[in-house]
Amino acid sequence: MNIVICVKQVPDTETKIKVKDGQVDHTETKYVVNPYDEYAIEEGLRIKERLGEGKISLITMGPQRAKDALKSGLAVGADEAIHLVDEAFEGSDPYATALILCKALEKMDYDIIFCGKQGVDEDHAQVGIALAELLDVPHVSVVTRLEIAEDEKSAVAHREVESGHEVVDTPLPAVITAQKGLNEPRYASIKGIMAVKKKVIPEWNADDVGVDRDKVGLETAKIKFVEVALPTERTAGKVFDEDPAQDAIKVAHLLRDEAKIL
Amino acid sequence: MSNNVLVVAEMRESVLKKICFEMIGEGKRIADKLGGAVEAVVLGHEVGDEIAPLAHYGAEKTYLADDPALANYTAEGYTNVLARLIKETEPILVLTGATTQGKDLAPRLAARLAVGLASDCTGFEVQDGELLVTRPIYAGKAIATIREETTPYMATVRPNIFAAPEPDTSRAAQVEKVPADAGSIRAKVIEMIQEAGERIELTEADIVVSGGRGLKGPENFALIEALAQVLGAAVGASRAAVDAGWKDHSYQVGQTGKVVTPTLYIACGISGAIQHLAGMKTSRYIMAINKDSDAPIFKVADYGIVGDLFKVVPVLTEELKKMRAEG
Repeated sequence: MNIVICVKQVPDTETKIKVKDGQVDHTETKYVVNPYDEYAIEEGLRIKERLGEGKISLITMGPQRAKDALKSGLAVGADEAIHLVDEAFEGSDPYATALILCKALEKMDYDIIFCGKQGVDEDHAQVGIALAELLDVPHVSVVTRLEIAEDEKSAVAHREVESGHEVVDTPLPAVITAQKGLNEPRYASIKGIMAVKKKVIPEWNADDVGVDRDKVGLETAKIKFVEVALPTERTAGKVFDEDPAQDAIKVAHLLRDEAKIL
Repeated sequence: MSNNVLVVAEMRESVLKKICFEMIGEGKRIADKLGGAVEAVVLGHEVGDEIAPLAHYGAEKTYLADDPALANYTAEGYTNVLARLIKETEPILVLTGATTQGKDLAPRLAARLAVGLASDCTGFEVQDGELLVTRPIYAGKAIATIREETTPYMATVRPNIFAAPEPDTSRAAQVEKVPADAGSIRAKVIEMIQEAGERIELTEADIVVSGGRGLKGPENFALIEALAQVLGAAVGASRAAVDAGWKDHSYQVGQTGKVVTPTLYIACGISGAIQHLAGMKTSRYIMAINKDSDAPIFKVADYGIVGDLFKVVPVLTEELKKMRAEG
């Protein structure tokens, strides 16, 4: 089974976001693998282990630093990684990103494609689903449990919804977007980390991918960031620290009289 | 192209979700500025009077696609029907809820139409005939203003942000049946697993009561649930509580969980890590109970109690219960 996992490098969720000249200032940002992509990678590894065969290919679109995200995935056991990198890709919106991934995937073999349910940076939560549409395959998003059928031609996925879970049956190939809860990602072993050093990560530019440079990147983006600002900071309000019971009663009255929640 | 705004309505068990009315209210405000009307579309099967409220809240017209294949939501079936309707009626803006359904549908529909989509929007502004959208990024650590460069503009709308207008039940629904051929559907829902008991959805709740590591164990969530019950609130949890296995991930509030915007958020035994604050900071009022006076949660709380939550929460619950009974 050919398993392709799309990954993205994003700022660590512990990062304090700074804004300079109407844009996010990344000069001090520490980057990590998008947390939801870690569930995607882990699920790929588990499928391969369960089936006893398969090939796991990682793919990312991003600048040179994004190669570290691919290395993290190789260290836990992915078989190969492809880096889509070209100046023309910079500033691509979710649609263009999905288009670039789609063109790259058309050059690869895939039976199942995993993405994280969203990148924890710009939070669009669009690329995986748009990719499925552009590839003309079905998708199941926000998946917390996945079972591949014995004939490997379909899968049953549990998808988180407001009142519980939907159980979705989908033929393969399909795009699955991973939600927290799908599995518990493993850590890389020293051996795994060492092995990455010997792996060559091929770079594909726009020509290799087969995408028109004029159709991707910032210039032709369908949605554009005009400005980024920090939210107005909240200020601390009334604090009570005398007697727990008395304080509770005081605050209950404030909730009724000030916040008017009853 | 028209200047109309199309609201994709969503029902749960034959009842329209609150977000539909919030979108109609905001959609009307935008349509007024653009010189168009707000319209709604419902997809389903054997749909009847239950869609009348769309007109009450202000939809000038409701398109209805009724077919057995549309009884349950599927991204593919709904995309097929909506793409056809949108090409036919040419709205300038298409709104769906930023719900699990809307967030699943809109990216597929936008890709089909090859247009841009702004996700999880919290503000709309029309400037020189162009639509500017605000939406939180980095789970709300920053706010982005987005300009859409393609039409129809598309956006998913965060629940609980926009006020629903006052309904006028004298307004009659103008329903227009539209082609409902769902086409080929590959991914299908074969079963619904409902949560035991009535659970109030976090993202739609007016009040949220959350528990964290300070609860010391899963059994003590009973305290949180008792308080939530008195208030008719949804129950949430911090990442620490979820990672400890005390609550399922669907309860997690924060950057890798749910982002909530209730009127009141009560944090019990939650220190307020940056990734938790990102998920609840836009609540109207925040109350925090924590024994550590230096906990960052107090920096954002309107009402803070520095003390043992095991002593505070039961008294708070009782007092609020008493107030509620008094009316």
